[in-house]
Amino acid sequence: MNNLVFAWRNLWRNKRRTTITVTAIVVAVLMSTCMSSMQEGMYSKMIDNVVKFYSGYLQIHHNNYWESKSINDVYKPDETFYAQLDSVRDIVHYVPRVESFSLISTGENTKGGAIIGVDPESEDRLSELSRWIHKGECLKQDDDGILVAVNLAKNLKIDIGDTLILLSQGYHGATAAGLFPVKGILKFPSPDLNNFGAYVDIRKAQDFFSMPGMVTSTAILVNNYSDVVNVKNELVTKLQNSYSIMTWDEMQPEIVQMIEGDRAGAVIMKAVLYIVVGFGILGTIIMMVAERKRESGITVAIGMQKRKLQTVMFYETLYMGFLGVFFGFLLSVPLILILLNNPIPLPGESSEVYEKFGFEPVIYFGAQARVFVNQVITVFAMSLLISLYPIIKIRNLKVANALRA
Amino acid sequence: MKVIDIKNLTKIYNDSEYKVNALNGIDLSFEEGEFAAVVGPSGSGKTTLLNIVGGLDKPSGGEVIIDHTNIGKLKSSRLIDFRLKNIGFVFQAYNLIPVLTARENVEFIMHLQGKPKAEREKRMKDLMSAVGLSDRIDSRPSKLSGGQQQRVAVARALASKPKFILADEPTANLDSKSTENLLDIMEKLNKEENTTFIFSTHDARVVKKARRVITIEDGKVVSDEIRK
Repeated sequence: MNNLVFAWRNLWRNKRRTTITVTAIVVAVLMSTCMSSMQEGMYSKMIDNVVKFYSGYLQIHHNNYWESKSINDVYKPDETFYAQLDSVRDIVHYVPRVESFSLISTGENTKGGAIIGVDPESEDRLSELSRWIHKGECLKQDDDGILVAVNLAKNLKIDIGDTLILLSQGYHGATAAGLFPVKGILKFPSPDLNNFGAYVDIRKAQDFFSMPGMVTSTAILVNNYSDVVNVKNELVTKLQNSYSIMTWDEMQPEIVQMIEGDRAGAVIMKAVLYIVVGFGILGTIIMMVAERKRESGITVAIGMQKRKLQTVMFYETLYMGFLGVFFGFLLSVPLILILLNNPIPLPGESSEVYEKFGFEPVIYFGAQARVFVNQVITVFAMSLLISLYPIIKIRNLKVANALRA
Repeated sequence: MKVIDIKNLTKIYNDSEYKVNALNGIDLSFEEGEFAAVVGPSGSGKTTLLNIVGGLDKPSGGEVIIDHTNIGKLKSSRLIDFRLKNIGFVFQAYNLIPVLTARENVEFIMHLQGKPKAEREKRMKDLMSAVGLSDRIDSRPSKLSGGQQQRVAVARALASKPKFILADEPTANLDSKSTENLLDIMEKLNKEENTTFIFSTHDARVVKKARRVITIEDGKVVSDEIRK
């Protein structure tokens, strides 16, 4: 009799008990998969929001810019510079930007804000700027107008057609001043972004800050998140340390820290879930071993080596783990796919709390391979650990005592 | 030919509170083809003797020599192999493996011995026919009566062609008819296969059939009667 067949038949001696144990594993896999999927979905969305709205996956700056954030630490990308970017296979898109701060005034109300000079068409491919137009219309090429974030607009008490006065310091101490008609109001999904600033055409920004042809940064979009490090290394080689090249997580370490902190918290929750299920499986295995003590004694008495018996018991534990993981996986795939296509909007107060912390109040789900694979690995590792119990018990089995059991 | 040689066998159970001398210097030997019963009151040491002779328990002193091997000196895994090749067991409570059919229970030991399928199949059919259960080979133990289960257990014990079979109170759970039937089968197989049978028993019907009766009391052999 094949060990695998023997183990399989043993497993179904007590159908109800095996079914309950397998169901517990299925539920654990489902719950932890959903939890992981939700986490990964939220993180992805968060990174996506941040990367696509503001930073891109990478940015190229003047070597001092990130420290100084000064309008004097800028650079003038020439054709060779762009040719180098074009030669990197994994770069999908890049956009030049001019970013600085300015006083923004209506004459009656004045606020400080960030002025972001962008190429409207090119920028739209990276940050989908036009998607966030709440009122009015988006900038066009060489547009004279300005787009203002909704909260900033509210604070300044402006509307479409009003004119804003911008006053700032330009390149190398030049005075920057200009009039910009409000062309559109932007409303981003993340409330934090709504306080952020105002967009103008990059050429107008360069004129305004007296830095023709110069940029503060070039934001880069890559094919895949996993390409970021490779692209950075390639750019460092190609641009020969003339620029500072930063990845999104270097620019925003607080997001990485927040994700890591959140992951650690979820690990504890999942650990509790798995410990509960683990003890359930262990309980079943302890009962199986105890009620078959005499039978184990008989099989060893008639000539079955203990290691063979240990193998059979080991397979039984693995079968339970495998069945639980298999059906858990089978159920979790369609469930996650449904959730993936139907993110859950948060109602009422929860929504406000999310917004307060700068998150879009919608629960997104992720379907990365690790969402599923981690659960499979964890349950299998747990099954392997639990299978040590029968292995040890059989190793210590005294045949004569077992026959009296 | 001598199959088992027992020399000055002792077994002491040391409990934290008291010490029990289960066997007190037993000297016995069994020849090939014997049909012997070990009798004695409860606690006399019958089961302990069979357990030690079967290599299921370790003696405190003395030797059990089977086929020139002192089994008390064998390490655990070698002792299991030794049992597989040389000793068959029949237990009081049948103890068939419940998830295996009668056929699989009988073939189980041959499978462990690595016998080829054709040989296993033939031996299984011969034995099941000998114990009168040819028509029940695909039944699980739960579908067989106590007597039928014990007959399968006898077939299982003989499957490996052991040098001897140890049967610990094999008829204790059987009714008269099943007991008679089982004893007839065992006697027939003893003669046909020339396999040594050693029983521990209280059952007068078993004693009546035995050709040698060894009586044990307080861990000592008090009589050893060979019948014609």
